[in-house]
Amino acid sequence: MGDTKPDETLDCRGLMCPMPVLKTKQAIEKLEPGQVLEVITTDSGSKVDIPAWAKSTGNELLSMKDEEGVHKFYIRKK
Amino acid sequence: MAQEVKAVVEEAEKKKQKKRIVIICSKGTLDMVYPPFILATTAAAMDFDVHMYFTFWGMDVLNKKKVDNLKIAAVGNPGMPMPTILGILPGMTNMATWMMKKQIKQGGFPEIKELIKTAKEGGVKFHACEPTMNVMGIKKEELIDEVDDIIGAAAYLELASEADITLFV
Repeated sequence: MGDTKPDETLDCRGLMCPMPVLKTKQAIEKLEPGQVLEVITTDSGSKVDIPAWAKSTGNELLSMKDEEGVHKFYIRKK
Repeated sequence: MAQEVKAVVEEAEKKKQKKRIVIICSKGTLDMVYPPFILATTAAAMDFDVHMYFTFWGMDVLNKKKVDNLKIAAVGNPGMPMPTILGILPGMTNMATWMMKKQIKQGGFPEIKELIKTAKEGGVKFHACEPTMNVMGIKKEELIDEVDDIIGAAAYLELASEADITLFV
């Protein structure tokens, strides 16, 4: 799943809780169902928060990865 | 027509399925206003039905004149990096407020005004406390436009009785 090509990218680097989740919600609303959003964060709390948000809203978290303190999430809109 | 009825029923069902959180906001200092707003905006992003009930000093957040001047209390705040007695010195409250605002900005946190806007965009309902307005002599005209209604304890309890989460801050 690491090769998923995102339709849109949201850069939340430098933002703290709750901003990454709030911005992810706003960004996913602009997509069509089935499209994939890439979210990039540096807030370590987002590693738990974004999966929790995805679970609660029913959007599918395809994958997540860590690259030297930068977290990337791939979410498919339901 | 049948289509419309179906749509209304579906909408009602959807609302029923939503989780509900009701937060009582009773304080008007910065450190006690951020937590309920962070939770409310996040809950809205998670598709919860979100209600904030502002009472006593929490009403300062809904007050046009006060919302931009919320401070942090330097006196009696054990979290301050100094003996709390020093908080009574002139200028301490303003200094603590300035420090916290600086930290908020550095942390990439939004300002309260922005959180109010985000909350409203996410469908968060703002309820003003009627008894507080009577006791403190606050008029409806003094409240920010984002307030949805002015309600009392019974209406709050009605909302809270169907809630999945209730918090008092």
